Amino acid sequence: MVTIDNVSVEFHGTQRLLRAVNGVSLSIREGDVFGIVGTSGAGKSTLLRTINLLQKPTFGRVVIDSVDITCYSGIDLRRVRQKIGMIFQQFNLIHTKTVFDNVAFPMRIAGKPQTEIAKRVLYLLELVGLLDKIYAYPSKLSGGQKQRVGIARALANDPRILLCDEPASALDLETTNAILDLLKGIHRKLGITMLLISHEMSVIKKVCTRVAVMSEGVVVEEGNVYNIFASPQHSLTQSLVAHSLDLELPERVLGSAKGALVKAVYKGIKAEEPVLSDAIREFGVGINVLHGKIEYINDQPLGVLILNITGNEQGVGQTIEYLRTRTASVEVIHG
Amino acid sequence: MGNQYLLSLWPDFLKAFWETFQMLGISLVLSIDAGFVLGLLLFASDRGLFWENRLLHNISGFLINVIRSTPFVILLVLLLPLTQRLTGTTIGPVAASVSLTVAAIVFYARLVQASLCEVDRGVIEAATAFGASPFQIIKEVLLPEAFPGLVRGVTVTAISLVGYSAMAGIVGGGGVGDLAIRFGYYRYRTDVMLVTVVVLIIIVQVIQIIGDKIARDADKK
Ligand SMILES: Nc1ncnc2c1ncn2[C@@H]1O[C@H](COP(=O)(O)OP(=O)(O)OP(=O)(O)O)[C@@H](O)[C@H]1O
Ligand SMILES: [Mg+2]
Repeated sequence: MVTIDNVSVEFHGTQRLLRAVNGVSLSIREGDVFGIVGTSGAGKSTLLRTINLLQKPTFGRVVIDSVDITCYSGIDLRRVRQKIGMIFQQFNLIHTKTVFDNVAFPMRIAGKPQTEIAKRVLYLLELVGLLDKIYAYPSKLSGGQKQRVGIARALANDPRILLCDEPASALDLETTNAILDLLKGIHRKLGITMLLISHEMSVIKKVCTRVAVMSEGVVVEEGNVYNIFASPQHSLTQSLVAHSLDLELPERVLGSAKGALVKAVYKGIKAEEPVLSDAIREFGVGINVLHGKIEYINDQPLGVLILNITGNEQGVGQTIEYLRTRTASVEVIHG
Repeated sequence: MGNQYLLSLWPDFLKAFWETFQMLGISLVLSIDAGFVLGLLLFASDRGLFWENRLLHNISGFLINVIRSTPFVILLVLLLPLTQRLTGTTIGPVAASVSLTVAAIVFYARLVQASLCEVDRGVIEAATAFGASPFQIIKEVLLPEAFPGLVRGVTVTAISLVGYSAMAGIVGGGGVGDLAIRFGYYRYRTDVMLVTVVVLIIIVQVIQIIGDKIARDADKK
């Protein structure tokens, strides 16, 4: 549906050339919720903005529905843009227009008839749960409400693609979750293809089906969100995932634990029980579960355990090898 | 005695007010339109905006600065040939309006540029992302969002024009400034001078109050 083909974006800075996006190729399928994650300055926004050509790529092509739009301009480009919704971290509502007029704005731009506009605005505001604020000005709304207006506006022309640049980063935790749930619901209901930027894996985990990890203008890892969580390959991905799973042990436990400390990630819920008891019986070691949780990613369970394995050196080593063969990944924390 | 003298000048006062009014009216109407277009051009030709054009941006910026740094009295004299060609004379309020308009255009253009720069870039970007054309962005985003600032700019320009028009009066434009010079200065009639000053103060106050009210009513932020 959207193909980003070897796209690079260069900025001519005051001293030197900055390559904000460096040869990125991605392909986003119809109905995907595609996440782009990475640290600040990685080039996520710049990459996203090439999709509706708010940022022209220096090299490479952007292809939407098999049409290369990279060289589009004028009315052709505006028509393409009218079919791509976008929501922003800072909401970017027109302050001097009411909620109604903000949502109506893209349709007026596209020259839709007045009666159709009025009907659709009502439908959209109901969809985002903001009908009661229809004649309010943005300054009278909370951050979460502003983003709901932003989402309604982005959906106005019934786009097939929705671009979201950190849609919830300016909001508190609870509002963030409400907005993400709303986006998820919209995806389920409309089947719209979404691209969503975040610097947090927890946001990606909540809504995305696929994810690309960016660092310094390059996509370092890409794949199904569940698999990325189960076995992250790149060190950046590993640290982002670890941060998101949040299995920190207190210093005291880390320091005093005898034997080996390992983190085991396994797919599914019931898998671990026989594995651990098998290991205990087989290698004559003691296994103590220090920490653990089950995450649901795209409704599939992913278990994480922090285990303390005690016993003779050989047994511990064999246990770790055995765990490696039976789980998605094993990381030895120490020992 | 003094009162009677002032009363006998009544026709002169009326004529002077009318002339000042003409100068203000003509130059304000023309400079708001042309100043807005010039200011918009200056703004939209800047980096990252829809009419990005460094050459146009720099040249218009430079021209504006040249005119703005020329003292008004000198500008007035420099523009006499242009005034002669446009109006067929260099005397009277209509002729004086030429140089007033030129000065006010560049003045207002800078104020327009400044208030357009105040408009949230993100909002302009959002409009672009939804496929708005430059004219739609101007009409639907820039004008409403910058409206209070634009009105305040008109107020400031109008008040400056009151001052400039008094100056233009000295070199043949007529109006209240001319009256003050002829009677108040050459004939030592301080009372005439005082009346003109009071009238000028009233004009400025009225402009300010109306301008502030319009700007405040439009401010939705
Ligand atoms: N218009 C621009 N002109 C010059 N440099 C730019 C421009 N836009 C972005 N950059 C630079 O490009 C790099 C990538 O910026 P970008 O905004 O894409 O990062 P990001 O991953 O979205 O970061 P964040 O998480 O902070 O939003 C940064 O170093 C930034 O300074
Ligand atoms: Mg960004």
